[in-house]
Amino acid sequence: MATVTFDKATRIYPGTERPAVDALDLAVEDGEFLVLVGPSGCGKSTSLRMLAGLEDVNAGRILIGDRDVTDVQPKDRDIAMVFQNYALYPHMTVADNMGFALKIAGKPKAEIRSRVEEAAKILDLTEYLDRKPKALSGGQRQRVAMGRAIVRQPQVFLMDEPLSNLDAKLRVQTRTQIASLQRRLGVTTVYVTHDQTEALTMGDRIAVLKDGLLQQVGTPRDMYDTPANVFVAGFIGSPAMNLGTFSLAEGYAQLGSTKISVPRTAVTALGADDNAKITIGFRPESLDVVPAGTPDSIPVLVNIVEELGSDAFVYGELTGELGSKGLLHSGAGEDQVIVRVDPRKVPAKGETIHVTIRTGEQHLFHAGSGLRIDA
Amino acid sequence: MMAQNLQITAAAPDPALLDLPWDVPLEEWPADVLAALPRGISRHVVRFVKLSGRVIAVKEIGESVAYREYELLRQLRRLDAPSVEPVGVITGRRSPDGEPLEAVLITQHLQFSLPYRALFSNTLQPDTATRLIDALAVLLVRLHLSGFYWGDVSLSNTLFRRDAESFAAYLVDAETGDLHNKLTDGQRSYDLEIARVNIIGELMDLVAGEFLDEEEDTVAIGAMLVERYEELWTALTDEESFTADARWRVAARIERLNDLGFDVGELDIMTDIDGTTVRIQPKVVDAGHHSRRLMRLTGLDVQENQARRLLNDLDAHAAATDRQNDEESFVAHDWLTQVFEPAVRAVPRELRRKLEPAQVFHELLDHRWFISKERGRDVPLAEAVDSYVTDVLRHRPDELAVLGASGLADDA
Repeated sequence: MATVTFDKATRIYPGTERPAVDALDLAVEDGEFLVLVGPSGCGKSTSLRMLAGLEDVNAGRILIGDRDVTDVQPKDRDIAMVFQNYALYPHMTVADNMGFALKIAGKPKAEIRSRVEEAAKILDLTEYLDRKPKALSGGQRQRVAMGRAIVRQPQVFLMDEPLSNLDAKLRVQTRTQIASLQRRLGVTTVYVTHDQTEALTMGDRIAVLKDGLLQQVGTPRDMYDTPANVFVAGFIGSPAMNLGTFSLAEGYAQLGSTKISVPRTAVTALGADDNAKITIGFRPESLDVVPAGTPDSIPVLVNIVEELGSDAFVYGELTGELGSKGLLHSGAGEDQVIVRVDPRKVPAKGETIHVTIRTGEQHLFHAGSGLRIDA
Repeated sequence: MMAQNLQITAAAPDPALLDLPWDVPLEEWPADVLAALPRGISRHVVRFVKLSGRVIAVKEIGESVAYREYELLRQLRRLDAPSVEPVGVITGRRSPDGEPLEAVLITQHLQFSLPYRALFSNTLQPDTATRLIDALAVLLVRLHLSGFYWGDVSLSNTLFRRDAESFAAYLVDAETGDLHNKLTDGQRSYDLEIARVNIIGELMDLVAGEFLDEEEDTVAIGAMLVERYEELWTALTDEESFTADARWRVAARIERLNDLGFDVGELDIMTDIDGTTVRIQPKVVDAGHHSRRLMRLTGLDVQENQARRLLNDLDAHAAATDRQNDEESFVAHDWLTQVFEPAVRAVPRELRRKLEPAQVFHELLDHRWFISKERGRDVPLAEAVDSYVTDVLRHRPDELAVLGASGLADDA
């Protein structure tokens, strides 16, 4: 077991100026499941490959435990890339399929057997150990492949989008399996995905990257409740947060004739580059549907209602005097608002509903820098 | 059949593709469209399918991965890397009841190629493993020189073609690969480590299946790949320095690379300030020195070692006919029409599925040497052809389309 430390680690690809990963500072705790997440090109895979030794580190260091591995060959780093290869050997037993790498490394037979048995127990494969892979189901075969990584008892598991070529159903299943297996094994794991749902459901902590820069690292709850900037706010959470940038006057954000009260501490926190504007975010569940005419309510024209049984979401657009002005955006697009509504009282498509932001549930950001304002 | 909204992405789509049963999961395709079933346990469902008189390999795989691998294979072809030829990607498949089916990646089956398992299943020459390892080392070096990180190097992800007395290796599966401008040492060494472990695993599997003698040192064979790779990589890329008066070493280096089958596309020559030391380092090297030369002289498109052998025979022909000072291309033309083509054409049509023409010619030369020694006289080529066809070629298996691994009856 070990910690993993990125110490101002930087990767600049030859022939490019902007670093793919820019002075990454990140400490992964012993036994922790850390997810690197972000849109494509954000540097998450490059960061993982730097840890694996596949990418050069142009500045800074990488440590596994107390050991500086910056210049250590990949095979000497005591890490295991999981899921890279799960072709099984048809003539070898499941036990041999799991233990052959140890045999190559010259480990004694008894030790191989005991490590294989231990891994098989964790993976529910004990009764199959002496069979051929032909007798296994698809899921079991995949577990044998995981067993190969487990028996090596590496200090760190690395996983780079391991679920990307599974179909949707198997992806959800495998997601849960990997997460629970990692907790049972307690091996430090760094996991890369572009999918924020995967990140939220699997990680002990999540690190969000964008353009090679670490945006925020924290527990799924931290990321959801207190996003450090506008990017994290919009990226984490599904459906996404509604965000808008508004002019500020007399302590209120002005949205047409609608006024959203902004705490005084937030107003005083604004600087010159904010230009008397403030960015406000509110999650779909932070909106209440209110009767028409309620003061400071926002009219929303319903485009689509997504019913999920336990929840229902309205995808709509601002209407009336607020319509088509580019005031708001959400994961659904420009001028789009997402509202969680009572699944037993869903509005019809084409209807206009009125919503207010629940007090204390808005997120405030500097209009200039995009950074969170703690108010 | 329910209307499917098939999307076919292909450089040169064959209309016959549309006649295949895309609304049926690959696993359930009827026997009459299949050329053979693949052997061994693969991550994906793969089938060999007859199409317009050729054979294609169809692999069911996630849509984004399929497009990615297709694009990578196309780039590899553009870089002239030895790899299978991608035919296309088909998405939007649906079963008759509307159930969406997985996308497929289609590649052209490489004619006269052999999966490694087939090479271990019949009469096994003692050094088969060694020759396969040599071929794989050359392939890996070539891919790495092109900036390709494979990520899953193995004998199963490679196809082998006979190449004179050795083999030439081709990449079949690029799913885990990545193309970079230049690989880092970490990428190369990790790829090599994956290769070593996979190869040993595959050989251990052959031992477990009793296709390879238990006495074979599988770990040593795997280690040999690393050794061969390092040797070749060093020979091709190392910087060399010498004093300015030993400038002949520049030519010697180029000749050495030619001997290894590589041409030097770009060579850096650096001298230090006072001009006493010269350092040279090949920057761009291209494989196929001999095959390119043969192609230029005769238009024959064959593999590197076959080309080497044919060029040797061409030289021998020039010497025997006392034409060493003639224009080389004229001699080559005469050799092609008077020696090579008559010999290859003398092979009866029904035996032409057994080996590629260049490989036949190579074996023919071996055979002539052998019977000449036996009969104590120089046997003319025409006579050797008859003997070779009757005594050797007729008894060889067809290798035009060896699919899966013939002879491994217990594979699923």
